[in-house]
Amino acid sequence: MSTSTSPSERFSNQQVDAVDRELILATQSGLPLVSDPWKQLGDQLGLSPDKVLARFRRMSERGVIRRVAAVPDHYRLGYRFNGMTVWDVADQSISELGAQVGELPFVSHCYRRPRHLPYWSFNLFAMVHGTTREEVEDKAAKIRDLLGADCRGGTILYSSAILKKTGLRLRRSGTASGG
Amino acid sequence: MIPDSTSRRLIDMYQRGLPVCERPYEQMARELGTSEDDVISRLQSLQENQVISRVGPVFEHSRAGASLLAAVAAPDEQIDLVAATINRAPGVNHNYAREHTYNLWFVMTAPDEDTLENRLDELEHQLQLPILRLPMVEGYHIDLGFAIDWEAVT
Repeated sequence: MSTSTSPSERFSNQQVDAVDRELILATQSGLPLVSDPWKQLGDQLGLSPDKVLARFRRMSERGVIRRVAAVPDHYRLGYRFNGMTVWDVADQSISELGAQVGELPFVSHCYRRPRHLPYWSFNLFAMVHGTTREEVEDKAAKIRDLLGADCRGGTILYSSAILKKTGLRLRRSGTASGG
Repeated sequence: MIPDSTSRRLIDMYQRGLPVCERPYEQMARELGTSEDDVISRLQSLQENQVISRVGPVFEHSRAGASLLAAVAAPDEQIDLVAATINRAPGVNHNYAREHTYNLWFVMTAPDEDTLENRLDELEHQLQLPILRLPMVEGYHIDLGFAIDWEAVT
């Protein structure tokens, strides 16, 4: 499954109101693990459980929430090798090939980004994970095969340390921020 | 902690999304063939043991503001100092060291595009290093996780 997001969609910001922000604040580190999580959140925020659920659904429909999920800690699970594979793909075929790379089962993220010549020539980014370096290299080779003649080169940038990882955090003021 | 087969199925089935319905854990229990209490206690234990980082919403940064992948090529002897400066900058929420000339890769976020640009300009000024700015032009597959090879990890 792949999703395609156009820049115009990406910039249609501020689709969340103050109550949505309160909900994001209350759930960004997880849903209550109780039989009726919406009731517990509602009690916390002074809303009915139905209202909480309806807002969750609306944020999902609008793409503010990508998914509600049991999010694995891949690093803890043994996926110690995180390779950001980057490729220089012909502009005329990148949309089609990007979608195909995004559908590979082992690719967790796949994006087109701008080149900055002469410093940076790679315009397709696909994240792959492995329990060994060889596993990441095998997966990168599969991507290379798929890209074929439209690819002028690529490389793998292995992560050597996670220096900060916090996910989206909203402060009380309601602005997105790190920390 | 090595999850048992039911917990593995639970992760496999719900890492890409769980039901957003009135009783999500009850619905999951029906799909897994177990009880709601069992699902809740498994999720608690998986979370306590950090097999899963959380059970909850994954928010789209760009819908709650602006964000951008950025990279700098820090001289090796300054990498710790440069990384610390990046981590302290407002809006930075990921920072990875990577094996490349561009050796620090981070995500900068802000409430809007103008603030994002200002934060990057300010950080560039502090670092005295050019920042490679790599906004998403098109997304083909965004953060839906990937299939876990349980044989390989256990």
